[in-house]
Amino acid sequence: MVLGIDVGASATKGILLNQDRQVVSFYVRDSGVDFKQAAEDTRMNCMSTAGIAEDDIKYTIASGYGRRSVSFADDIKTEISCHARGGYFHHPKACTIVDIGGQDSKVIRVDDAGKPISFKMNRKCAAGTGAFLVETAARLSIHLEQMEGLARGAQKEIELGSFCTVFTKTEILARISEGACAEDIARGVFGSVIKRIIEMDPLTGDVVMTGGVIAHNPFLGEMFEKKLNRKLFVPEKPQFAGALGAALFALEQSGG
Amino acid sequence: MAEETKVKRKRIAATGMMKKIMADYFYEMDKAVKAGAPKVAWCTSVGPAELLRAMGFLVHFPENHGAMLGATRTANDYIPLANAIGYSPDICSYLTSDVGAYLKGETPLSKAYPGIENVPKPDVLVFNTNQCRDVQDWFGWYSREFKVPIMGINTHRGVREVTKSHIDSVARQIASLVPGLEEISGNKFDLERLQETVDLSLECSQLWRQVLETAANIPSPFTFFDGTIHMGPAVVLRGTKTAVDYYKALLAELNDRVDKGVAAVEGERYRLYWEGMPIWGRLRDLSEFFAHLKASVLASTYCNSWIFDAFDPKEPFGSMAKAYTLLFIVRSDEEKEKYIEDMVTKFKLDGIVFHDSKTCPNNTNSRYGMPERLRESLDVNTVTIFGDLNDLRCYSEEQSKTNIEAFIEQLERK
Repeated sequence: MVLGIDVGASATKGILLNQDRQVVSFYVRDSGVDFKQAAEDTRMNCMSTAGIAEDDIKYTIASGYGRRSVSFADDIKTEISCHARGGYFHHPKACTIVDIGGQDSKVIRVDDAGKPISFKMNRKCAAGTGAFLVETAARLSIHLEQMEGLARGAQKEIELGSFCTVFTKTEILARISEGACAEDIARGVFGSVIKRIIEMDPLTGDVVMTGGVIAHNPFLGEMFEKKLNRKLFVPEKPQFAGALGAALFALEQSGG
Repeated sequence: MAEETKVKRKRIAATGMMKKIMADYFYEMDKAVKAGAPKVAWCTSVGPAELLRAMGFLVHFPENHGAMLGATRTANDYIPLANAIGYSPDICSYLTSDVGAYLKGETPLSKAYPGIENVPKPDVLVFNTNQCRDVQDWFGWYSREFKVPIMGINTHRGVREVTKSHIDSVARQIASLVPGLEEISGNKFDLERLQETVDLSLECSQLWRQVLETAANIPSPFTFFDGTIHMGPAVVLRGTKTAVDYYKALLAELNDRVDKGVAAVEGERYRLYWEGMPIWGRLRDLSEFFAHLKASVLASTYCNSWIFDAFDPKEPFGSMAKAYTLLFIVRSDEEKEKYIEDMVTKFKLDGIVFHDSKTCPNNTNSRYGMPERLRESLDVNTVTIFGDLNDLRCYSEEQSKTNIEAFIEQLERK
C-alpha cells in the first residue's frame, strides 16, 4: 500500500492506494498552522480507516505547500505534477487540468500519455483562487459555505472586473450601495474566479477541474461550462486529485 | 527525505583576485573624489565607457551599485524613500533603491570597503538609453541633485537588422559628447588613446566570451550565478588592462576545470538558460536550489550582454555605435528569438527559465508570447518566474520554487 499526502494551503488531503491503484481510504482536514501535525493526523486517519499499521505503507509521497514539512515522506513532488497525474488518472486523454486551490490556481496541459507539456500558476494575487472567495465572503458577511447556495439562487451575475482582490472588494461595496443583492454578487464573485482562469490559458481540448474550490462549489463548475460552452470533466473527489497523484507517484517509485 | 539538502557551491579560485580588483577600483575612485582629480563620470552599463576612460575620467556605474544594493538585500530599505518622492514602485528598482540609498546617506560600499563613506560624486553623468528610458531619469535626478551636467545617447529600439543609418546616428551622438567632456575633464580628446581603450575593451570582451563559452562543455564548469559575480570587471573596468589580465586568469582556471571534467553543479542532469535580469537578493539561494535539483543554469542573455564583438580600434566611434546597437536588449523579438535559439543549440540546453522582472520591462521577454513561441519552435521546455531584480516585495519564494521544481519534474518525465 502507498500513501499520497497533499498538504495544501487550506486543506491537507491523504489517500491510501493499494497495488491495484484502488483507493483504500482517504481523509481531509484543515491544514491549520501546524503542517507537520496536519500531515501526521491525516496519515493516522487514513491508516485507521483502512485498518493498517505504519509498516504496511510501502512508500509515501508528499505534495502541496507543506510538502517539505512531511517528515515521514519518502519523497516529495510538486502539486503541479501531482494534480496533472491525478487529473489524468480520471481522464486518461490529452487534456488541460485546471486546479483551483486555496492559495493558487494552476492550469496544466498534459499529452495523451499524461506527460505535462506546460503549466501556469496564477501570479502573485489571490484573484482566481479560494483565498479570493474567503475574502469576498467576509465582505458579504456570510460564511464561505453559503457562497455556493447564494450564487445558485441568483437572478443575475454582477460584473466584477478588477484583477485585485482589494479592488474587487471596493467594487462589491459600490454594488452594495447601488442596492445589489448578495446572491447576484456571489454569482459575480464566481464569475470573477472563472475570468481569472480563462485569462491564464486558452483551455483547449478537454478540461478537467480539480481542487477544493470546485469540490465545495459545484455551481462554479456549471458556470464555467456555460462560459466555455462545453462540458467540463470533474472527478468524483476533485479535492483529492493532488493526493491521488502523489499516491500514484508513490506506487510507481516503490515499483508497484 | 522531505528536508532539502544544502548544496555547497564550488569556489572559483580567481574570486580572490577579482575582489582585490574591485576593491582597488572603488578605492581609486574614492581617492580621486577626495583629491578632486581625476574627474569622475557616471556611466550607464552599456554607455560610452571607452570614450570616458580615454578622456581621463574614472568611471562609476550606478547599475553596478544598484546590483550591490540588491545582492546585499538592502534595496527594500531604500526603495520606499524614492517612492515617497514620486518615483513609483513600478519603475526600475535599481533607480529607486539607488536614489533611496542616497537619500538615506548609505551605501553598501562603506561596509565592503572601509573608509569609503559615499558613492563617488560625479563630475558628469553620461547615459545610453539602450538599457531603458529609466537610466536617463535616474541620471537626471542626480544631475539636479549634484548640479552637474548630464549628456547621453538616445538609442534605437526593436532593431531588426542593424543598418549603416543606425550606426551613423549613434556614432554621431557619441562623437558629439567630445567637446563637453573635454571641457569637464580639462583633457584634449586623443584619438590614439581612444583606439587603445577600444582595443582593450575588445580584448576583455573576447576573453569574457571565452569564459562564458566554457559552459558549453558537459558538464559545465561555470554557471550563470557565477557569471553574475565574475562579470564585475567586464562591467566596470572594460577598456583597462586590469580586466584583460583578470579574464585570462579566470579562463585558465575554467579551462583547467574542463580538462579535469569538474562540474560547477555536481551530477549535472539538466542544462538551463536564464533569460532576464538576475534576482540579486536571491542569487545564492536560487543557485543552491537549482544545484540541489542537479540543474545547471549555465548560460544567460544577461551575462552575454557584455560581449562586444564589433569593437574595432581602427574605427572607434563607428564600432562602439555598432557594438551598442547589436546589443540583445535593443533588438526586435525576431532577432532575440534567433539569438536564444542559437544559445539553446550551442550550450545543449534542456530548458529556458524566463524571469519576468516586475520593474524591468525592457529586460523581460516573457510578456509578448516568446516562451510559447520558443517552446513550439525549439521543442524546449520553458518556465516563467515572477520576481524582480531588486524589489523582493515582487518575489514569492514559495511560488517560484514550486514552479522551478515542477519544471524539473516536467523535464524528468520528458
